[in-house]
Amino acid sequence: MSTALEMSPVAVALPAPVVEMIGVRRVFPGPPEVEAIRDVDLVIRQGEYLSIVGPSGSGKSTLLHLLGLLDNPSSGIYRLDGVDTMSLKERRRAVLRGERIGFVFQSFHLLAHRTVLENVALSMVYVGVPRRERMARARVALERVGLSHRMDFGPTTLSGGERQRVAIARALVAEPSLLLADEPTGNLDSVNAEAILELFDELHAGGMTLAVITHDDHVSERAQRRVRIVDGTLQW
Amino acid sequence: MRDVLDEALAGVAARPTRLILTTLGTVLGVAALVGTVGLGQTAAGQISQKFDLAQATRVVVEPGDKNGQEGEAAAELPWDAPDRLDHLNGVDAVGTVSTLDVGSDLVSSVAGLNGGEGKALTVMAGSAGLFDAIRAVLKTGKFFDAGHDQRGDKVVVLGKHAAERLGINRVDSQPAVFIGDEAYTVIGILDSVSGRAELNDAVIMPNGTAKAAYKLKAPDAIEIRTSVGAAQLIAGQAPKAIAPNDPSTLKVDSPPKQGAVRKGVEGDLNALFLLLGAVALLVGGLGIANVTLLSVLERIGEIGLRRALGAARRHIAAQFLVESVIVGLLGGLLGTAVGVLLTVGVSFAKDWTPILDNKLAFGSPLLGAVIGLIAGTYPAWKASAIQPITALRGA
Repeated sequence: MSTALEMSPVAVALPAPVVEMIGVRRVFPGPPEVEAIRDVDLVIRQGEYLSIVGPSGSGKSTLLHLLGLLDNPSSGIYRLDGVDTMSLKERRRAVLRGERIGFVFQSFHLLAHRTVLENVALSMVYVGVPRRERMARARVALERVGLSHRMDFGPTTLSGGERQRVAIARALVAEPSLLLADEPTGNLDSVNAEAILELFDELHAGGMTLAVITHDDHVSERAQRRVRIVDGTLQW
Repeated sequence: MRDVLDEALAGVAARPTRLILTTLGTVLGVAALVGTVGLGQTAAGQISQKFDLAQATRVVVEPGDKNGQEGEAAAELPWDAPDRLDHLNGVDAVGTVSTLDVGSDLVSSVAGLNGGEGKALTVMAGSAGLFDAIRAVLKTGKFFDAGHDQRGDKVVVLGKHAAERLGINRVDSQPAVFIGDEAYTVIGILDSVSGRAELNDAVIMPNGTAKAAYKLKAPDAIEIRTSVGAAQLIAGQAPKAIAPNDPSTLKVDSPPKQGAVRKGVEGDLNALFLLLGAVALLVGGLGIANVTLLSVLERIGEIGLRRALGAARRHIAAQFLVESVIVGLLGGLLGTAVGVLLTVGVSFAKDWTPILDNKLAFGSPLLGAVIGLIAGTYPAWKASAIQPITALRGA
C-alpha cells in the first residue's frame, strides 16, 4: 500500500482517514494555565502504523487521551471515522470510544478476579455485542494472540508478556478502527517486549490501524511512520 | 440489564471476605429486627392464646339486677336452662352453679365434731354438666352425674383447697364429710378449674341433693363453654333460649371482642423492638456505604478501564449501585434466616408456638436490598463522577 502511495500519490485514492485532528488545543485552566497541546494537525489513515514519540511532559499522554476520546480538546476539530467528536454528548462519546478504539495500557489493566476469557469478553459488554457471541469472539481473539491455552487462567498467574497479550486481545475483540497503545512495552523485559512488537507488526500486516505512544525509540522505530511531540506540538 | 447484574455479581463475588464483613451489619440489623418482632409476636401470641382458651369460650348467664320498674323480683333461672342451651349450635358444654345457704352448718371430715374441727367451707351445688363447662380437671375419683342429681344422692365433689383443709386426699375408701349433721360421700376431688375459682374452696353437691337438703329454688348462674369463636353468638342467643318472653332480665357475661387484648400487648412490644432493629439497620447501612466507598477508591483503575471500554457514567453508577443492593439483599436474606432461627429456637426452648408474620419473613430481605440501595447511592454517584483519565492514571 505504501508503495502505491509513493508511485502515484494523486491518481490512487488514499485510504479513508481514521483520525483527523485539525488545530487541536488542550488547555488546562490554571492558575497557572497550562497549554498541554497546541495546534496539532494529525491524520491517521486506515491501515497505518504510527508511533508518537516524546519525552515525559511533552504532552503525549494528553494527546493519547484526546485521541482515545477520554478527554476533550479545548478547541480545534477532531473527527474519528468521519464523526465529529466535539459535538457529541458524553453518552455517545462513550459508545464511540467503546466501538472504535481499542486501548492497550502500560499497566495492562486486567481485572484480577476474572478469567482471561472474561477479561477479553468484557470489552464487548458496553458496545452491544449479544451475550452469546462474546465468548466465541473472545476465544478467537485469544487464539490470535497465541493464548488459547490460558483462557481459563486468572491474570495474576500470567507473565507480563502474556498479560499484555490478553490486553491486546481485549482491545482487538471489539473490532476497533484504531488500536491505541500507551507505552505497551513499558513494564516488560526485552524478550517479552519484542514479542509484543512482533504481534503489532502482524496486526499491521493484517490491516489494523495502530497508534503507539512511547518514549522508547526502539519501539517507535518499528512503526511505519513516526511523529515526535515536543512541548505540545508535533514535529514531523 | 443482565450485563449490569452479571458484572455486579462478579464484582461482589470477587472479594468474599469483604463481602461477609460488609453484610455483617445488615445481617445483625435484619436478624435483630426479625428476631425481636418474631419473638414479640410469638410472646404476645402466647399471652393472647392463654387468654383465648380460658376466656374466649366462656359465657356466663345470671339473673339481672332488679330493674325496679315494676317492683318485681329479679328473674329466676329455670332448672332446665342447661337442656335449653345444650342444643344451640356452638355450645360445647353447659351447667348450673349455685352457692347454698347452709346457715351455721360447718363442714368436717369426722362425725360429731361439729363446732370443733368443723370448717366454714362454702357449699355449692351444680348440675352434672358444670364440670365440663368450667373445664374442671379431677385429681382423683369422678364427677357426680345426672343419676346422682336425679336421685338426690348424698355425694359431694371437693374443691382442691377444700380437700386440703379437710385432710382428704383419696376417695377409694369412700370418705365422708359432714355438713352440719348430715354425712355425704366424697366421690371426687378437683385439681383445677378455669373460671369460678371459688369452686376450689367449696364442697359441691348435685342440684337434686341441694334441693332436698337446702331447698335450693333456682340456680345462681349458668356456665356455658362455647366452641372457639362462638362466644359472641351464644351470648346473644342464650337469654332468648332461657327466657324467651323476657330475655332482657338476664345478665350475660361474654369475653371481649377478639383482638382487643392482643393488639394492646403487641403494640407495646413491637414499638420497642422496631426501634432496636432500626438502629441496627442504620449501622448496617452505614457499613455498606463505607465499604462501597472504599471499594470505589480501590477499584479506580477498573472504573477507568470500563470507561475506556465504552461504559458511560450511568453504567458505572449502575454497577456500584447494583453491587450495593446485592450486598444488602444478601445481608437481608442471612439476617432473616438468623432471625427466624432465633424465633423458632427460643420458641422451642420455651415451648411456645412460633408466630411469624409472612410479610416480615418475605419483606425483610427486601428491606436489606432497600438499605443497600440507599447506602450505595452516594458511592455510586461518586464512582460515576470520576474522570476516566484520572481513573486510568490513578491505578
